[in-house]
Amino acid sequence: MSDILKSLIEIVGERGVSNTPEELWFYSRDPGVLAPHLPDYVVAPKTTEQVQKIVQLANREKIPIVPMGNGMALTGLVIPLKGGIVMDMKRMNKILEVNEKARYAVVEGGTSQGVLKAYLQDHYPHLRHSLPDAPPTATIAANVALHGQGRLTQQYGFNSDMVTGLEVVLPTGDICKIGSPSLGPYWFSKGPTLPDLSGLFLGWLGTTGIFTKVGLKLYPNKKIREVELFVTDRVELVSEIIYKLTHLEMLEDLNVWFQPKPLIFKDNYHITIYFTGDTEEEIEFKRKMIWDAVQEFIDAKDGGFMGLQFMKEQLLEMPQRSVASLADVPKGGGFEYSGPITLVEHFPQYAAKVLELAAKYDVLYASTARIISGGHAMMFSISFAFNRADPAMMNRVKIALDEATEFALEMGGIPWKPNFMEQKMTMKKMDPNTLKLLQMVKKNLDPQGIMNPGNWEVN
Amino acid sequence: MYVLKSNENVCATCPSADCLLKCQYMSFDKNEAHAEMMKVVKGENSRVLKECVTCYACEEYCPRGNHPFYLICERREEKGMYTAPRPITKQWINMTQMQGKQMVGKIKEQALSSCFIPALGGLVSGEIFKDVAWSIVFGAEFMCPAVHTHFAKMSVVKERLPLVMENFKKLGVKEVICLHDECYGTYTSIASAYGMEVPFKPIYYMDFLLDRLKELKDKIKPLNIKAAYQRPCSNRLIPDKHYLAKEILDFIGVELPDREYQDGNCLCCADILRSISGYRLANDVQQRNIEDMLKTGAEYSVFNCPACQSTLSEKVVKMGLKPIHIIDLCKMAIGEKGGAVR
Repeated sequence: MSDILKSLIEIVGERGVSNTPEELWFYSRDPGVLAPHLPDYVVAPKTTEQVQKIVQLANREKIPIVPMGNGMALTGLVIPLKGGIVMDMKRMNKILEVNEKARYAVVEGGTSQGVLKAYLQDHYPHLRHSLPDAPPTATIAANVALHGQGRLTQQYGFNSDMVTGLEVVLPTGDICKIGSPSLGPYWFSKGPTLPDLSGLFLGWLGTTGIFTKVGLKLYPNKKIREVELFVTDRVELVSEIIYKLTHLEMLEDLNVWFQPKPLIFKDNYHITIYFTGDTEEEIEFKRKMIWDAVQEFIDAKDGGFMGLQFMKEQLLEMPQRSVASLADVPKGGGFEYSGPITLVEHFPQYAAKVLELAAKYDVLYASTARIISGGHAMMFSISFAFNRADPAMMNRVKIALDEATEFALEMGGIPWKPNFMEQKMTMKKMDPNTLKLLQMVKKNLDPQGIMNPGNWEVN
Repeated sequence: MYVLKSNENVCATCPSADCLLKCQYMSFDKNEAHAEMMKVVKGENSRVLKECVTCYACEEYCPRGNHPFYLICERREEKGMYTAPRPITKQWINMTQMQGKQMVGKIKEQALSSCFIPALGGLVSGEIFKDVAWSIVFGAEFMCPAVHTHFAKMSVVKERLPLVMENFKKLGVKEVICLHDECYGTYTSIASAYGMEVPFKPIYYMDFLLDRLKELKDKIKPLNIKAAYQRPCSNRLIPDKHYLAKEILDFIGVELPDREYQDGNCLCCADILRSISGYRLANDVQQRNIEDMLKTGAEYSVFNCPACQSTLSEKVVKMGLKPIHIIDLCKMAIGEKGGAVR
């Protein structure tokens, strides 16, 4: 038995460590198209102190360490590109606090979205968090670490904007509290009015520290959720329709999507409009406002509302399982997407690019854009399905996605949860002084370069 | 290409102009109604072409069988007019394309058509259907294309209907029991209006239902309930069959108290109005319709068409009525579980 393995067992106990080939195989990959790479060890801590000791060990021995939630990002962010230790956070899954009146929760770094959702349903049914459309096993910490989005993003911004405080184990092993919890027992602000240090960690994809606690804003959970589906066949109208709808300031969520199959969806752009209310009266008032907002497009015969009788249940699911159903269309169960954050007004160009890439690389596409913060931006997913048993198809998807990222950067967009290659492309395009600042931050926080190496590597 | 059999002189000499005079969604006096219809007949611009919400009722109102609704649809298409928004029109054309994904049961001389509506297949169970359930067919290949009249796409109707009938012919069937009024209306009204030969005998499912109920008479326990019946748009294409709903409901002990929006004056479920005109009209029609149902003291809202049922179910439930398909009600009457409110 190696000294490292012994040390890890001493920290977390025998059941919390593994270097058996079958488990390393599992932790060497994610569901996307990137090639796997084996770690040397997998470790699953239960406490912040155990995380600290593991990081200290890794720092001392200069072993790479990759923090992992449930590994659902699809872009290889938890593939241990340089081996080392994968730290599986899922055993740190406690909900530590819910402050009902201040509407925030504090959870451990491996708590899943599903666990928080269920807990709130059981104990605080009038509160909710911004649930992403990832499987419920996706973790809250990982989601905010990559600037994820969720059901409330249209209203309140990225899920990372909803963070109210962090506890982070730094690459040196120091435990650091960020925001109001650094001054007292309350987790109501991640930064303001202090210098907002959360920016040293959010969006860094686990390269600057490991989240052991996350404070998260909660929001009113209205009694009724409703949905309408507006369609248009004129892509150039999409941004104008979104502009009219976001002007209402009353929507829960707003998604735009298009896909060629099944045929009911062919040739149209679909705008899913979610809204909530505590009474039927409130719902009907909002519905009327929504219809009125887009009536001009109906009158011009350019857009209309679909009858939803057979789709409503599916659309109202949280998380929405149909998001992943694209993976099964070509059989083989794979899909991955490039999801640049960009301007809503660029929707037509991105839509055209999706069609171009799908035709060029002979892959099946689907695309969903989620509106962010009332239309300040959107996440535009360029999704391609693939058969996992078909390496050639997977390679075509990979090339298509790289090309999509190049396009997004040319258009002034920002790649979302970029894989290591896309990060390199992004840094190449970045203003040199910004890049220098990035390098300073990374070097100072992680002088040994042990944290999720291969990602946000500024050389 | 098939041409609509509509005689200009029939309209020109019409003494009533009922087609438009009775319309519930447009308002005319008698002279206006006649004049506007003549504009439609002559291919001129008429407000009818802009305002018609495609409720099908004028097909029933026309006392001379001159097919005013099909003519309105033809004229709209000739002029490149859309009734519903273009993307909704396209969506319907796309989703109802034949893709070779039909489902065909064990067919001998008779087929039971569930059109392209999964909910209809779900109704086919139990004693009533025991001898024909195995002969069910489903899919775009067997879908009557009448829905495209709502979108003024008569070209699609004319293109697809012969293919659908040919698909039935290939099955070697002599009779097709139509579970959807729209199918029966298509094979008896639209096909005839365009001079298309139907290679099988269409049977209206309510005829079948009534016959079966008579055979199962001993099993029937009168339900002794009050209900309001939602007559579908496609029943306007087969007004001679409208009486059957009442007769069936009467047979199983369901009382249909008189109400304002019944028979010739019935209101649309408004799903299509929602697409064509928007929220306000659809909401107004649905509200009036359901309030009218409630005024009768009805406990159930009885549906014939699954599209009407799915459109109105949530609303009628919220207003205290139980939505149910007439087939399920019949099952209830013979003591089967299929009668559960869907």
